Amino acid sequence: MADVKPRIRLDKKTAQKGDLVEVKTLVSHVMESGQRRDSAGAVVPRKIINKFTVELNGKPLFAADLEPAISANPYMQFKFKAQESGTLTFTWIDDDGTKITAEEKITVS
Amino acid sequence: MLLPPTGWNTGVLRDAARAGRMETDVMTLQVSRRQALALAAGGLAAATGVLPTAALAKNDADEIIKSFTGGKEPLKGKVKLDLPEIAENGNTVPMTVSVESPMTDASYVTEILIVADQNPRAGVVHFRLSPLSGVAEANTRIRLAETQNVIALAKMNDGAVFTDSKLVKVTIGGCGG
Repeated sequence: MADVKPRIRLDKKTAQKGDLVEVKTLVSHVMESGQRRDSAGAVVPRKIINKFTVELNGKPLFAADLEPAISANPYMQFKFKAQESGTLTFTWIDDDGTKITAEEKITVS
Repeated sequence: MLLPPTGWNTGVLRDAARAGRMETDVMTLQVSRRQALALAAGGLAAATGVLPTAALAKNDADEIIKSFTGGKEPLKGKVKLDLPEIAENGNTVPMTVSVESPMTDASYVTEILIVADQNPRAGVVHFRLSPLSGVAEANTRIRLAETQNVIALAKMNDGAVFTDSKLVKVTIGGCGG
């Protein structure tokens, strides 16, 4: 899964202190629910991203525990208040333990 | 004319004055007490039925909600769940949840739980927020297997739990049913 490139968009890369920054993320993933059956009638094993976390300079900002009821190619949108410049670290964790990570810089003046 | 005992409502007073007889007064009192009891019983039913749909859930929604609230009765309000009334494709239903909160260190939303009561598994997503969030709002796309209620629960840092629910009609179910 190393080839997965998550798409992240911040509505502003430079913000005034106290501004709300909207973050949109999208990552390609089948999010196989473990409920479907293939043509032979066998259950397709579950394979989903079960955790998504966002940290700003190492401090937890936003996190979500995902269940099979999240659509394929999970999209997450949230907001945060700009307090300090730094790096946003996004992590998606797969059922099999694989991690997809991405980083985004934000400058706060 | 005799003054009726205090504590009666004005309607009783008026009836009593009009009838002017003691028996009627007693009758009226009995009826009003019965009505009061009925009202109290109704109130109790309403209070326990805050999440009437959860009682009919065919999955583990009840347990999930209970473990989230810690047995507390979730209150209506503050939480706003935005979902389409009719979802043509249950595979991707856009969902926005927002909670009224100042989101400061003193008062903020810690967790938001989304539950679907007719999905094979009740849990949908569990957001964890912090005062850094600035505003308690999240948006994602969810799967709904069939027409059902989606319930949002938000936990504040002081332990209070607020809820909102919305019925979504699903034309084609998700989860590959």
